[in-house]
Amino acid sequence: MILSLVLFGLVAVVTPFAARALGRRIFPVIALVPAGVFAWLLWHVPMTAEGSVVTERIPWIQALDISLSFRLDPLSLLLALIVTGVGALVLLYCTWYFRDDEPNLGRFAALLLGFAGVMLGLVTADDVYVLFTFWEFTSVLSYLLIGHDSAKRESRGAALQALTVTVFGGLTMFVGLVVLTVAGGTTSLAELIANPVVGVAGEVGIALVLVGAISKSALVPFHFWLPAAMAAPTPVSAYLHAAAMVKAGVYLVMRLAPGYAELAVWHPLLIGLGAFTMLVGGWRALRQTDLKLLLAYGTVSQLGFLVLVASIGTRDGQLAAGALLLAHALFKAALFLTVGIIDHATGTRDVRELSGLGRSMPWIAAIATVAAASMAGLPPVLGFVAKETVFHAQLAYGAEGGAWAWVGLVGAIIGSVLTVAYSARFVMGAFGRKPGVPEPPLHRESPLIAVAPGVLAVTSLAASIGVAAIEPLIAAASVGLPGPTEYKLALWHGFEPALFISLGVYALGALMVWRRAAVARAQAALPDTFEAGRGYLRIVRGVDRFAAWLTTFIQSGGLPGYLAVTVSVLILGVGGAALMNDSWPSDVRFADEPAQPVVGFVIIVAALAVVVLRQRLAAALLAGVTGFGLVVLFGVGGAPDLALTQGLVEAITIVVFVLVLRRLPRNIQSRKSTVSAPVRAVIGTLAALVMAVAGLVALGARQEPAISEGYPPLALEAHAKNIVNGLLVDIRAWDTLGEVSVLVAVATGVASLIFVSGRTGGAPRLDLGAPRDRLRPLPEPADTMRSARRRLSDVDHETDAAAEAAATRQTWLLAGRTISPRNRSILIEVLVRLLFHPAIVVSVYLLFVGHNSPGGGFAGGLVAGLALVARYLAGGRYELGEALPVDAGRVLGAGLLLAAGTAAMPLLYGATVFESTWFETEVPVLGVLSIGTSTLFDIGVYLIVVGLVLDILRTLGAEIDRQIDEAGEDAVPADPAEPADPTRPVRDPDLPADPAGATGPGRAEA
Amino acid sequence: MTPTLVLVIVAAALFGAGVAVMLERSLTRVLIGFLLVGNGVNLFMFSMAGAPGLAPLLVDGVDEAALSDPLPQAFVLTAIVINLGLTAFMLALVYRTWWLAQLGAQGDIIGDEEDAEEDAVETAGLIRSTAEDDRAVQDVLDASDEEVRR
Repeated sequence: MILSLVLFGLVAVVTPFAARALGRRIFPVIALVPAGVFAWLLWHVPMTAEGSVVTERIPWIQALDISLSFRLDPLSLLLALIVTGVGALVLLYCTWYFRDDEPNLGRFAALLLGFAGVMLGLVTADDVYVLFTFWEFTSVLSYLLIGHDSAKRESRGAALQALTVTVFGGLTMFVGLVVLTVAGGTTSLAELIANPVVGVAGEVGIALVLVGAISKSALVPFHFWLPAAMAAPTPVSAYLHAAAMVKAGVYLVMRLAPGYAELAVWHPLLIGLGAFTMLVGGWRALRQTDLKLLLAYGTVSQLGFLVLVASIGTRDGQLAAGALLLAHALFKAALFLTVGIIDHATGTRDVRELSGLGRSMPWIAAIATVAAASMAGLPPVLGFVAKETVFHAQLAYGAEGGAWAWVGLVGAIIGSVLTVAYSARFVMGAFGRKPGVPEPPLHRESPLIAVAPGVLAVTSLAASIGVAAIEPLIAAASVGLPGPTEYKLALWHGFEPALFISLGVYALGALMVWRRAAVARAQAALPDTFEAGRGYLRIVRGVDRFAAWLTTFIQSGGLPGYLAVTVSVLILGVGGAALMNDSWPSDVRFADEPAQPVVGFVIIVAALAVVVLRQRLAAALLAGVTGFGLVVLFGVGGAPDLALTQGLVEAITIVVFVLVLRRLPRNIQSRKSTVSAPVRAVIGTLAALVMAVAGLVALGARQEPAISEGYPPLALEAHAKNIVNGLLVDIRAWDTLGEVSVLVAVATGVASLIFVSGRTGGAPRLDLGAPRDRLRPLPEPADTMRSARRRLSDVDHETDAAAEAAATRQTWLLAGRTISPRNRSILIEVLVRLLFHPAIVVSVYLLFVGHNSPGGGFAGGLVAGLALVARYLAGGRYELGEALPVDAGRVLGAGLLLAAGTAAMPLLYGATVFESTWFETEVPVLGVLSIGTSTLFDIGVYLIVVGLVLDILRTLGAEIDRQIDEAGEDAVPADPAEPADPTRPVRDPDLPADPAGATGPGRAEA
Repeated sequence: MTPTLVLVIVAAALFGAGVAVMLERSLTRVLIGFLLVGNGVNLFMFSMAGAPGLAPLLVDGVDEAALSDPLPQAFVLTAIVINLGLTAFMLALVYRTWWLAQLGAQGDIIGDEEDAEEDAVETAGLIRSTAEDDRAVQDVLDASDEEVRR
């Protein structure tokens, strides 16, 4: 079985490609797959009818005990034969139904073949979740096949309706399956039926599963999707919506009946809805003028009938359901296929335009008549045998005291009368001669197109006359159900009640046909019949509107809106939890140090001022004030490392802010925000309150001693007297490795955002020794020092002395001359010149003593970074390039390599990751120096921090400088009050700023 | 453990002010709010150390019990540096948004009303389109019905 499913899948995958070459001749080729499987299944019939069951099983999700298990018992075999047999014939029929130039022919063929495989999997699956998977697959394939002609509105609408309804049912079924499998402790269908789940779980689970079954089998109130699905090509209607897919629900009912027919929900739900559906479908079928819709409503009616019969739950009931299922698949598929032929030949399916086809297409008429006779239950066709058995089973069950059997019997009798009437309407409407209607011109298709419906009709007839041949299999499918087993499928049972019921049905049906005008008047006079389609439309419309409203409500606000929602959830969730807790701190200390309240007050004032201020830079500086406030709090709180790091970071942060904000408008525009100011204030206040309460509760709730009590010995073991540094580079080095990786990612992100075309390279260098057209300082106005030197001699009123002075003037920084004198400060240049090298020495010192005193890789790297910042600020972007003439990416990479290498190196010596080793030495001045692997790790951290700062400076600093120089003055918006200059050239942002691409630092090295 | 009220209040104030600022529409403001929130959270983490003691340095002869708790310090230290990286990243984002969108004097305000309007129009179109599909289906069904057609 699994092998045949794989075969279906593989062939379906290659079908679209083969179809390009073969055109419609692909269909007979791929029809060989279901035909071959059909033959294989046929060979199994004798053994299976005697009770042997084939099972196959491949473990799938072992944690949930779900496996790809398949089981071929008589019921599965019956369904599998229908699926593969009808499938092969329908595929064959497609050869003449389609033309070579049909759009998406290959896709259609693949989907139809794939559907046959999936349906085969559905009826043979034993694991309920595997069954469910196939079940949903059929819904999706049905969607795709109905929507084959996607240019037509009704195709799209019908496809979506079918998908919505069947997937809704499928998901409901899934919940039911979960209930059943959890309660039953197994996912095997066979075991769930052998040991049924009882009680509430059983009732609820089965009710939910049955919702899936009745939606798939198009019972009221879900029936409307099936007539709509007639927008599909006729082979799809014949196969999916008559023979195979809609039978899935009936199959499930038949499958579950042995275990669950006694449940309280079973009979009312299935017999009630089944009978009602049979009447609704039949009644509406009588009114249809489109032959295909007539058949579709007939299918709805017959599916109701099938479910009604299958749910009886006696041995005879199951026998009747099996026979009826087979009969229906044969005659309904044949009828659809003949409608397709009529449609092809005449171009219409409207009974008011068809006339005289009985004479012009006698063979088609004969096939359709045999099939319709089977539908009406006339002897000697299979439908008759099936219907006789149905009446017998209902009478027998009613005699046993099954109250619902009488409801079912009445429904079945009235429904059968309607069936006779619409069967006659079909035959007469399609093939009869109508006075006054001209005979439509015929477009003859190859006679071979009649092969498939012909085979189906002949099978209907042959299976009835030779019913003894199919009886064993269907009887075997009903083993295990209560009730006597003597009754056999047969054409003639003698004069018994069922026969008289049939005769009565024929008589009433004939009466309806005879007085059809009166019937039509009665139909018109009665109020519109049950119409679920419109209800569905209203529900779907409502859901659509609600979804749109909800989406725009939740997602209206852009970033502020989302943040507001997120923070509100935090406030409600954490705040609610904090209020409900019962461990309030017993004691609260106001302050630990006298400095804390003072500094805290300053921080709070600065934070509130940030909220109010509209100027970017002022707000950023005030945010910096809060940061420096933290420096003090950390300092007095016994955390010198924190104070040091926070101070350095705040300094760099402010510089970075200034670097970017210089380009943005000074004031922040106060346009109407999605979250209005009062709401912001309320949310902010509430967030603060929640944090305060949560903080107090969390701090007060702590009872266990701190984990860090064990750290001093550990730190000493790591040769670290500074415990914080020991934590960072040794005890918790994994954390640090993760965080420096984040830093590398961030640096790369910054560079990628600013340099569009590549991140490699360092800051721009002076053009010393380099080709002169490369990386040279940009042309500047005449008052800059650099160009002054060249130009002064050309200008008359400048004296030679001035030129001499300019030429020989000492520079304190290498690139000092590249900045305009207006922006240049000799004092700063001098200071930076004096302080840069000491700063670097200090940074290295911090790096190495960090193990034993405050400092370490982070602080050291930040000091070095700050020194670079100073060089950049004093001497511009070329100065930065001269100060650290390396690629920032290489610095970062070297750092990460060192850090990760330190982590991985011990592995080579058979030790664990991050295991440290040391050697100690006496160094003059510095004292005992202990160099270990953790020191190397700290050097990596140092390099990464330096690389990060360098990357920030060369992007947010140097690159933005270059862009400003290039764009000229007007690129810097002076004041938001002035409107933006509309004449400013709009550049393509994805192109490098410089069309030549030679001067961009990012580009030059790329 | 006894909480220190001042630290909790300051942390909460920073957090609340940061949230209020973050809810504005300017990206720079969002970033500044993020900085305030970050400082608040760092302070809060730091206050987990409890009553401050000596700097956690194991100099000779120090009483280990008198040291501050080093673990929150290690956490906060890396958080501080990461904050720097994130600040730079968000600033680059601000700049690039402004530069790419050529927002000019408008600054870094994101225009979300237009987006919302566009979304609403798109949604309405989608609903209308599916409604028309369904109506087409219903028309086909009605066309075949003798009585409705009459």
